[in-house]
Amino acid sequence: MNEISIPLSELRRKQPRFAGLESGHRACLGCGQALAARLVTEAAGPDVMISNATGCLEVFTTPWPESAWRLPWMHSLFENAAAIASGMEAAMKAQGKSTKVIAMGGDGSTFDIGFQALSGMLERNHNVLYVCYDNEAYMNTGIQRSSSTPHAAATTTSPVGKERMGKRHLKKDIISIIAAHHVAYAATASVAYPSDIRKKVRRAMAIEGASFLQIHAPCPLGWGHDGAVSIEVARLAVQTGLFPLIELERGELTGAMPLRTPKPVAEYLKAQQRFGHLFKDDPRALEELEHLQAIANHHIEIYGLRGDGVDSYDSEGADTVRRGGIRWA
Amino acid sequence: MIEIRIHGRGGQGNVAAAYILASAAYEDGRHSQAFPNFGAERRGAPVTAFVRIAEAPFSRRCQVIHPAFLIVQDEALLHVPGVTDGLLEGGGILVNSTRSTEELKEQMGLEIVALPANALARKILGRPVPNTALLSAFLALTGMVSLDALVKGLGQRFKGDVLTRNTELVNEAAKMVPVGIWKETNHAANA
Amino acid sequence: MPQMLEGSQAIARAVALCRPQVVAAYPITPQTHIVENISKLVADGKLHCELISVESEFSAASVALGAAAAGSRAYTASSSQGILLMCEVLYNIAGLRIPLVMTCANRAVGAPLSIWNDQQDSMAVRDAGWIQLYCSDNQEAVDATIQAYRIAERTELPVMVCVDGFVLTHTLEAIEMPNQEQADSFLPPYNFARALNPQHPTSIGTLVSPDFFPEVRHSHHQALLNAKAEIIAADQDWAKITGRSGGGLLSVEGDPDAKVGILSIGSVVGTLRDAISEFPESGPAKLIKLRSFRPFPSEALLEACAGLTELVVLERALSPGSGGIIGTEVRAALAGVEGAPRIHNFAVGLGGRDIPLDIYPRLMEAVKSPSPATFAIFDVNLEKLPEADR
Repeated sequence: MNEISIPLSELRRKQPRFAGLESGHRACLGCGQALAARLVTEAAGPDVMISNATGCLEVFTTPWPESAWRLPWMHSLFENAAAIASGMEAAMKAQGKSTKVIAMGGDGSTFDIGFQALSGMLERNHNVLYVCYDNEAYMNTGIQRSSSTPHAAATTTSPVGKERMGKRHLKKDIISIIAAHHVAYAATASVAYPSDIRKKVRRAMAIEGASFLQIHAPCPLGWGHDGAVSIEVARLAVQTGLFPLIELERGELTGAMPLRTPKPVAEYLKAQQRFGHLFKDDPRALEELEHLQAIANHHIEIYGLRGDGVDSYDSEGADTVRRGGIRWA
Repeated sequence: MIEIRIHGRGGQGNVAAAYILASAAYEDGRHSQAFPNFGAERRGAPVTAFVRIAEAPFSRRCQVIHPAFLIVQDEALLHVPGVTDGLLEGGGILVNSTRSTEELKEQMGLEIVALPANALARKILGRPVPNTALLSAFLALTGMVSLDALVKGLGQRFKGDVLTRNTELVNEAAKMVPVGIWKETNHAANA
Repeated sequence: MPQMLEGSQAIARAVALCRPQVVAAYPITPQTHIVENISKLVADGKLHCELISVESEFSAASVALGAAAAGSRAYTASSSQGILLMCEVLYNIAGLRIPLVMTCANRAVGAPLSIWNDQQDSMAVRDAGWIQLYCSDNQEAVDATIQAYRIAERTELPVMVCVDGFVLTHTLEAIEMPNQEQADSFLPPYNFARALNPQHPTSIGTLVSPDFFPEVRHSHHQALLNAKAEIIAADQDWAKITGRSGGGLLSVEGDPDAKVGILSIGSVVGTLRDAISEFPESGPAKLIKLRSFRPFPSEALLEACAGLTELVVLERALSPGSGGIIGTEVRAALAGVEGAPRIHNFAVGLGGRDIPLDIYPRLMEAVKSPSPATFAIFDVNLEKLPEADR
């Protein structure tokens, strides 16, 4: 990149579609995380510094001596992306720079091993956007369960067997925990809704303080589907209510993408081999399907996804655009 | 001692092929070892696995640098740099390919045999998984391990109907290559 | 009857034979297959234990510690970054004299990030106070795991069984799995005298002032030194049951009259053994396999080195800014000993670089050097580095 004559803080306005993550990296076909990372860096613009946790993203983007990043980027360890980001942010503050820090990690590093550092960063309200790419398991090490793995999903450490039907425990409600830190902005998003991701990133970038974005990102290998249908699968997760798209500000629910006609969870689950055991002739399978449907129903209820309000029949898109798409661009 | 290198793509059972071959050798009373050349590789990326088969016990664990034979699970890999590196003079390459042996031989100038393993597997197993067919053909070509032993090796991974169909595939694939043309190479390398 | 098993698979089965009640699992390459295999055994009802999928290695070690302190036989495994993350807990476990066994699937420690084999990870925690046993093949890994529990429970010292990541964990080879009867006859049920128990309440982990600290440390150090006898006894008793010995603290093979010895540790020993046969013109040489690194077997080492004029110490780690780790300890053990050999200390195979058979003839050439370097990374390719960095 040539000499920058535009002040860094103006760059994002001048380059609304900035290619922060270039192609040529080594992600699998249909990788949800690669898509999400590209969308995030596109919307965030060039005046950004990245702290990336260990995981697929850093592995497939930086095989030395090459890197796919067009942004200042650092990978340290698995558990400290948020702490590294806190340090970077402190340095930017001390130097009077406008560069925003973005921390990135998968669900393994966010929900589990890096949780402590994340909580600390949020509590101290560092001016950092933390992006969690949620593919619901430790994928880079070969598909092991994390606390983000959905209930009943099969992974190599929550396999199906005579005495087990996949993961026994529920998917950790990370967004509620983040919201309980009363940060200015915490939201969920999905690679099936790229404009929504961009809008939410821009919203977070404009905040002076900690913000959090959990992006649902399919892993074709880990979830057991063809890379070509990653977007469809991700969309079904949202449309069943299993992965609701919501926004929380200072702990209060301020936005939710409504579902005109919620799809039955079976439609989403059937599309993935990690839930294949739920469609075998097994009484336990029926029970688990009911559990998962109950979880979806619960989300629909508590987040008001059926949109009981002024725009109760509004479906994906129009309401969220009104909420902030134009205002925060 | 015979050293074999198996080239494949991530997600296509490259390591499994090596393990099955080593297991088959063991069933035939040999000493054997199999291991992958590991990388943080994604689905579809070139991957390699190594197999050693010997009459006497051995303990080395270095990578195979001078293979006597190569098994190539995907034809396109023939053009990846390094795939044929170190192959012993006259060493045989079995390639999963829909093209003819003659065509590949002429193109590469090497001792190559082609086997349409995907089509065979699709026909008998219902899925284009080339391993069983390739291993069977390989053993038919080299005679280094009996086909019975291969079936026993498969029996450790597959049961019931799947095993039956794999056994059928073993028999079919063995007929599709000129039996024993690499026996001499095998003996020479095993000296 | 031996069977063809992947190293991790065999280790998982060995762990299951020890009847652990609590297993803490966290994924990290290349150890993950071990905990995956254990998960499958549990899912299929073949192993009944509390399998806890923890949220970090720090917690994995802590869960294992809590379980062992509370009276249950426990297990965990890790590698590289995970070993380093749990480092604080490892010191804690050893200092508290809690019997525990874990597998370290040796892997390089970042930065630079590497998933491949070297022994920097277990070497980094050599001062934590654990017993460290190194395995040169997967059969040894199986046998050492079972022996480790007896050693740990008799000495009240935790044992780390080190297995080269990928090179051993991901290699399929013939292994004679012991059966449950053999394991049960060798390993009695877990019986930790100081286990937390409401009927006999005790406090574990108290603050110790300077008035008592040196005494506690002395007793720990002594316990490790005394553990040598237990390590030897466990190996001998296991050999009586199975016919297999891992080599005690260290073992020697090759030409007994050789003047050149090569001391090494882990899987490279196997490669060296074959190399010595393949290159007879380079020899003769003695091969010294170090099995116990902690406690360090100084006496056995002196015995093994008797008559040698040259000793190569080949290791898969280093202390940057100083040199070799094992090499430095070997030098210390041989310091001032009359007739001690010249020592050639090399690190090799760092970050998973393959160690080919011809390492042996090249080492045998290197020992002829009139002035051996104190330490060198044997297989470094200086051409890849700018002048200033060489």
